Amino acid sequence: MDNNDLLAVEGLRVSAEEKEILRGIDLKIGKGETHVLMGPNGAGKSTLAGALMGDPRLTVTGGAARINGEDLLEMGVHERARAGLYMSFQNPVEVPGISLENFVRTALEQRSGEKVRPWAFHKEVLQVLKTLEMDESYAERDLNYGFSGGEKKKAEIFQLLLLKPSLAILDETDSGLDVDAVRTVSRGIEEFRKNQDASLLVITHNAAILEALHPDAVHILVDGRIVKNGGPELIGEIGRDGFAAYTGEEVHA
Amino acid sequence: MNGEKTQVEDVHQEFYDFRFDESDFFKVDSGLTPEIISQISDEKKDPAWMREFRQHALEVYSRMKMPDWGPSVEGLNMDNIVTYVRPNTERMNTRWEDVPDDIKETFDRLGIPQAERTSLAGVGAQYDSELVYHNVREEVARAGVIYTDIESALHGPYADLIRERFMKLVPLTDHKFAALHGAVWSGGSFVYVPKGVHVDIPLQSYFRLNAPGAGQFEHTLIIVDEGAYLHFIEGCSAPKYNVANLHAGCVELFVGRNATLRYSTIENWSKNMYNLNTKRAKVEEGGKIEWVTGSFGSHISYLYPMSILAGRGSRSEFTGVTFAGAGQILDTGCKIVHAAPDTTSYVNTRSISKSGGENIFRSAVVVEKNAENSKSAVSCQSLMVDRISRSDTVPVMDVKTNRADIGHEARIGRISNDAVFYLMSRGVTEEEARALIVSGFADNVSKELPLEYAVEMNNLIRIEMKGVIG
Ligand SMILES: Nc1ncnc2c1ncn2[C@@H]1O[C@H](COP(=O)(O)OP(=O)(O)O)[C@@H](O)[C@H]1O
Ligand SMILES: [Mg+2]
Repeated sequence: MDNNDLLAVEGLRVSAEEKEILRGIDLKIGKGETHVLMGPNGAGKSTLAGALMGDPRLTVTGGAARINGEDLLEMGVHERARAGLYMSFQNPVEVPGISLENFVRTALEQRSGEKVRPWAFHKEVLQVLKTLEMDESYAERDLNYGFSGGEKKKAEIFQLLLLKPSLAILDETDSGLDVDAVRTVSRGIEEFRKNQDASLLVITHNAAILEALHPDAVHILVDGRIVKNGGPELIGEIGRDGFAAYTGEEVHA
Repeated sequence: MNGEKTQVEDVHQEFYDFRFDESDFFKVDSGLTPEIISQISDEKKDPAWMREFRQHALEVYSRMKMPDWGPSVEGLNMDNIVTYVRPNTERMNTRWEDVPDDIKETFDRLGIPQAERTSLAGVGAQYDSELVYHNVREEVARAGVIYTDIESALHGPYADLIRERFMKLVPLTDHKFAALHGAVWSGGSFVYVPKGVHVDIPLQSYFRLNAPGAGQFEHTLIIVDEGAYLHFIEGCSAPKYNVANLHAGCVELFVGRNATLRYSTIENWSKNMYNLNTKRAKVEEGGKIEWVTGSFGSHISYLYPMSILAGRGSRSEFTGVTFAGAGQILDTGCKIVHAAPDTTSYVNTRSISKSGGENIFRSAVVVEKNAENSKSAVSCQSLMVDRISRSDTVPVMDVKTNRADIGHEARIGRISNDAVFYLMSRGVTEEEARALIVSGFADNVSKELPLEYAVEMNNLIRIEMKGVIG
């Protein structure tokens, strides 16, 4: 394995409820790289993200995945997070009774085993809220509780910016957002990328986001397999022609 | 993991399980006789009427049957319960320095009276059967607020006020343990808030049951006069002994016209306690009682605070959380009697059951014939932490007018795996994720508590949730 590889996935097979969804995925993401994952609905993009994060509803039936050379699949969900992985949820869960800010602080304290200084942390929180054009009151609100779809997506980016993972998988964080909100999310992603070593795997159909990303690599996932690896030029191609060229090849019984 | 799980039932009390020998203490023989009761009267220098009252209560107690409609109290051998244990101190102290060191240390470790220094209007601390410490801030006392132990109040200028009310809201015949309480009651607080006085910061009392096989029977009597406001907080705990302990306190609250009383309780009894406590409030016209309770620990609890809405437009709000773990049956709930027109009651309770623990929630809403335009909404949610725990809801409604609006809603749920996955994906352990969800579930109560108490309650949940994974 390349020393520079942050994430290395080899031949990953994943099933949900006895049905095979991913049928051998190979994927490598280096430190500081931005990758884009594209593919038609139902191809298995979210399944890949979920399997890497450790979604208990999914079963890995074959292959391997490493983060920084360590076996990701052997780790519990919280250990994957502590190893540097982050996944934004398409449908973040509402948890009443704990504020967004307190939750992130608790998570940081658990990750490091050290107390976070509340005042310094709060200053950072305010900074992030500003970047994301979120009102200060969000930090005090219960985690995702009663948030609109757009607010939930922003709250996912909020957590990303405070938890500072080494690899973030953003699963359609832009979907269902209006133009302004998409711009804000883009700004959040830019902020995350300011760290030279931060790696990203972005799942999206959104042209505006894709344009701003300048990815190092683009992968096309169709029917549980990566059918094409390439550079940013693939984005334009898919934008023009859609996935027809790839789905055509993938007809099966 | 197994090792840790079996520890849970014992380990959780580690913060509270310290205790001291009670070698020098005065104790009556266990079991109950007229002589023992009379000994208590001597010891307490009861006025004549109270001597009689106790003896009469003992007769009522002997006549009455053990409750047979709830969880079993067979493990409670009344002959083995020491009714009166007086700690080794000259009764009441108003200076913390004068409280004996061992008792002081116990309370210090529980954070009392640090809390007083920061945010309380007054504090009373009861150790076994006696109030050992009492203090009220000067400005509160100057406003005419009385906060003292009930024994000395029986000899002071408020003697008649107490005599007129003592065990009138909770009659001796209410149930066997009410009668027992009448016979052996000891310690507790008397509070009087004069007309129109708004006590901005809470008054607090703290009960601790320290001697093995002892019973605690404190009596709390609070009068909030017309237009006044008070927030009273009681905290209770007991270390663990192999002998069953009994708590049969009695709380009588009188809320005057347009007055408001908030009565908050955080109780954390050891897991062999029988908590058979009786609480009742009577609310006059336009007045309001707000019950806020977090009930942790005890082996068996019977606890149903009752609000009697006696005056037009009076209101009752009940917000509660109960947590039942292994070996616990918490039979709790509340009762509301709408006895005047335009009265409203609102009940919002959450129960958490884990490791085979059992919660039974009983609500009783009575709407008398004259209580027209009354409203009542009862909502009860239960959370099962695992598949071996239990929860039951027993709503009773007795509505004697058709001009009332009565609603009841009960829900039962489990911790969602999606939520656990989501929280864990941010780096918290499964145990922490579950604890966060459970504390969040209990936020109906923690939101209503002053910060230090909310933190204390979350700590209790955390301790209870230690080692719990799905
Ligand atoms: N938990 C699950 N149980 C059953 N089927 C699932 C589950 N998750 C995903 N699937 C199925 O797997 C396929 C891929 O889904 P998904 O990964 O969400 O696709 P994408 O994100 O590319 O749109 C779909 O057919 C979907 O119905
Ligand atoms: Mg998807």
